[in-house]
Amino acid sequence: MIKNKNLTGPQSVTANRLADGVVVFLTADSQWSPRVSDSAVAQDAATAAALMAIAGKAAADRIVVAPYLFEVGVEGVVVRPLSARESIRAKGPTVEEREPASLG
Amino acid sequence: MPLLKGGVVAVDRWQCAANGETLPADGPVIVPFVRWRAERETLIGRNAPVGVRLTNTDPVADLAPDLDRLELIVLEFPKFTDGRAYSQARLLRERYGYRGELRAAGNVLRDQLLFMQRCGFDAFELTQGQPVQAWVAATNEFTVFYQPAGDGRNSAMQLRRAAILAN
Amino acid sequence: MYVYDGYDQTFLEERVAQFRDQVRRRLAGDLSEDEFKPLRLTNGLYLQLHAYMLRVAIPYGTLSAAQLRQLAHVARRYDKGFGHFTTRQNIQYHWMKLEQVPDALADLARVQMHGLQTSGNCIRNVTADHWAGVAADEIEDPRVYCEIVRQWSTLHPEFSFLPRKFKIAITGSPNDRAAVRVHDIGLRMHRNAEGEVGFEVMVGGGLGRTPIIARTIRDFLPKRHLLSYLEAILRVYNQLGRRDNIYKARIKILVHELGVAKMAEMVEAEWRSLKDGPLALPAEEIARIQAHFTPPVYPDSPVFTPEFDALRLSDAGFRRWLKVNVAPHRQLGYAIVTLSLKPEGGVPGDMTADQMDAVAALADRHSFGEVRVTHTQNLVLPHVRRADLPALWRGLSELGLATANIGQVTDIIACPGLDYCALANARSIPVAQRITQRFSDLARVHDIGELKIKISGCINACGHHHVGHIGILGVDKGGEEFYQITLGGSEDQNASLGAIVGPAVPNEVIVDAVQTVIETYLSLRRPQERFLDTYRRVGMAPFKERLYAAA
Repeated sequence: MIKNKNLTGPQSVTANRLADGVVVFLTADSQWSPRVSDSAVAQDAATAAALMAIAGKAAADRIVVAPYLFEVGVEGVVVRPLSARESIRAKGPTVEEREPASLG
Repeated sequence: MPLLKGGVVAVDRWQCAANGETLPADGPVIVPFVRWRAERETLIGRNAPVGVRLTNTDPVADLAPDLDRLELIVLEFPKFTDGRAYSQARLLRERYGYRGELRAAGNVLRDQLLFMQRCGFDAFELTQGQPVQAWVAATNEFTVFYQPAGDGRNSAMQLRRAAILAN
Repeated sequence: MYVYDGYDQTFLEERVAQFRDQVRRRLAGDLSEDEFKPLRLTNGLYLQLHAYMLRVAIPYGTLSAAQLRQLAHVARRYDKGFGHFTTRQNIQYHWMKLEQVPDALADLARVQMHGLQTSGNCIRNVTADHWAGVAADEIEDPRVYCEIVRQWSTLHPEFSFLPRKFKIAITGSPNDRAAVRVHDIGLRMHRNAEGEVGFEVMVGGGLGRTPIIARTIRDFLPKRHLLSYLEAILRVYNQLGRRDNIYKARIKILVHELGVAKMAEMVEAEWRSLKDGPLALPAEEIARIQAHFTPPVYPDSPVFTPEFDALRLSDAGFRRWLKVNVAPHRQLGYAIVTLSLKPEGGVPGDMTADQMDAVAALADRHSFGEVRVTHTQNLVLPHVRRADLPALWRGLSELGLATANIGQVTDIIACPGLDYCALANARSIPVAQRITQRFSDLARVHDIGELKIKISGCINACGHHHVGHIGILGVDKGGEEFYQITLGGSEDQNASLGAIVGPAVPNEVIVDAVQTVIETYLSLRRPQERFLDTYRRVGMAPFKERLYAAA
C-alpha cells in the first residue's frame, strides 16, 4: 500500500508488526526495527520499489502488515521522517502518556 | 468451483447461457435476468428447468409472478463487502415465498456463510480451497440469533416468549 | 440496568470463540489482511497510527461498577494502564496486541461487554441520553428501546455489509442530550394527541465531510413497530445507498439525492410489508426489558444537611462544582453528578486504570453501583444522595475528577487526532490541552459561561466540530498543521451547523484565535446571554472582523 503516490526524494518503508502491532521500519539487511534511525533509505524510485517488494514479501509471510513508503530527510547517518504524521508515528504521541497514577 | 449444498459438495447439473449464447438443447439452464425478461416464453417452453442469475441491482419483485416456474435463483456478491444480495435473498424468501434453490455466487467466503444462510441461501459457489468441514463449521458457530430472518431459525426473543407462554 | 440471560451470554461466548478462531486463521495465514480487516473491524479492532486499537462498546453509555473495574483490568493487563472514552459513549484502548485481543474479549465477556459493531459498515453501538432514567424532564427511559435495538442489530445477517457505517441515537426527553439530529437515524420519544408515547423518526443526519441535520420522515411511530420500521429504513438504504464512492455512501446522501418525501414514501412502502410480521414488539416483551431499567428504590434523603450548607457557604470551589457538575434528579434529595475528564492540561476523555477502580468504588458507595459515559467524554454518577455531595466532591477532587467545568469553555470534546489516529491530518489533543491551560482560572471560566468547543483532527469529524459553539478542524497545509474555526454550531433540540469564519490559522495561533473569539463575545454579550445566544443575535461579522483584523 502506497499512501502517497507523489513521493519524491529519499524514502523509507514502515509497517506494523502483525502479531503485536508495533511500528517498525525496514532495515538495509531486510530486517524490521522499531527505530526509524535504522531505516534503509531509497534515493530513487527503483530502489524504493525494491524495498517495497521486500516489504510485500514480509507482509505475505505475516511478519508485518500494511507496509508503505514515506519521505525521509538524511543528515549524515541520521534518518528522520519529513511529515508531522510520520514523525509522530516514529516517535509516539506528542501528548504525555499517562501511566497508572498513584492515588494517595 | 465446488458447490456446497446441504453441508456437502454437490454436483452442479446446471449450465449457464449468457446473453447472446445459444441455449443448450436440453438440461437445466441458468440465464441472466435480462435474458429471462426478453425470452421468458421461449425459456418456459423449453420443458427443462430454468434458473435466473440476478445482479445485485436487479429488482427481485419483477420475478415474483414467476417464482413457481424457477428452480434456481443465483444472487451475486461481486465483493464480499457488498451486501445488497442479502436483502434480495430475504425478499425472495420471506416476501415472495420462493422455495427453490437460492445460490450465492461471486466472492463467497467462509466468514459470511452464516449470514447468507440466515438470509435464505441454501447453496454456495465456493471460491476458496478449504476443506468442506471448515465451511460447514462456519455455519454452526452460533446457536443464538437475535433476528427472525429467512432461514426459519427462532430468534432469542421468540424463544423467550415461547418459554414464558409455556409456563 | 440490563442483565444478560442465558441466550445473551451464550451468544457472546460464541462470538468470542468465533473471533479467536478468526485471529488464529489470520496469524496462520488462512486469512489475508483484506479478508480479515472487515472481521476485526466488526469487533472494534483497528490498526491505528501506532498500534492496534480496541474499541469496547458501552451500550447507551450505561456501566455497572463491576464493568468499570473490568475495563480497568483490561487497561492494566493488555494496554498501558489507561483508556480513552469516546464521543460515542465507548471506550478505546490504543496499545493492544492482536494476539492478546481474544483474551481481552474473553475477560470482557465475563462482565457482559464486547467490541461488537463498534466499527465497520454495520449498525453501530446505539447511543442515548446519558441522563436516561434520572433526568427530571424525561418522558420515558430511552435505554429500554436502545436495548431492544441493540439485540435486533447484533450480527444482523442482512445489514452487516451496508454501504457505510450506521449510527442510531434515541432521546426520551424534549431537551436532546443525545444529539439525535446528527445521526443516521435519530429517534425522539414524545406523546401524541391521545397521550400514547412513541417515536419521531428522523433520518439522514450526520457530520463528516458533508454535515447534515436529520429530516423527519414520520412524526409518530408506535413502540410496537420500532423494529419493523428500522428494518424498512435499513433495507431501503442497503439496496440503494451508494457504494461507488465512500464519501457519498452514508444514508444522508441517499436522503439528499432522493429527497426526503421520496425516502419517506419508500420506507413506508417497505414497512407496510413488514409491520405485522415477526418483528412486531409485543407489549409484554417491552415490559420485560423495561423491568431491567426499573429505577433503584431511593431511600428518603434530605435536600440539605448541615454539612452541605456549611461547605456551600464556606467553599467557592464546592459552589462552582455544584453549579455546573451537579444536575437536578427526578427524585427529591438526589442529584446527578458529572465527573470531569477534562482537567487542566489533561487528555480529554482519558482515564487511568486506578481512576476507574476508584470511581467504581465511589459508584458503589454513592450511586447504587451505576456509572454513565457521556458523548462529551465525561462520566456520570446518576443517583447520588445530596447529603453525600460533600464527601463525593472531596473524593473526586483527590482523583482529579472534580474540575468544575462541565459545559464550560474547558469541557472540550477532542478526537484522538494525529497523536493516535491513522486518518488524522492534525493533532487535536494538544490544542485542547493548551486551551485548558489558557483558561485555567475557574472564576473566569464561569464568567464566560456555557460554551462548547469541539475539535476534530480531520474532516471525518469524530470531534463533532460542526456542532461546536466553537468548532475547530485540523487541516494539513503542505505538511503543517492548520486549524479552521467554525462558529454557531449546536447539537441539541435546536441543532445547527457551524459556519466557517475564514481561512485556517496556524497551530501557533489557534489558542490566541479562540481567546479572541471569546473576548469578542464578552464585549458584545447582553445580560444572561450565552455565547451561542450572542452569536445568533449578532452573527458572524464582528467575530470575523476581530479575528482577521491583525492579518
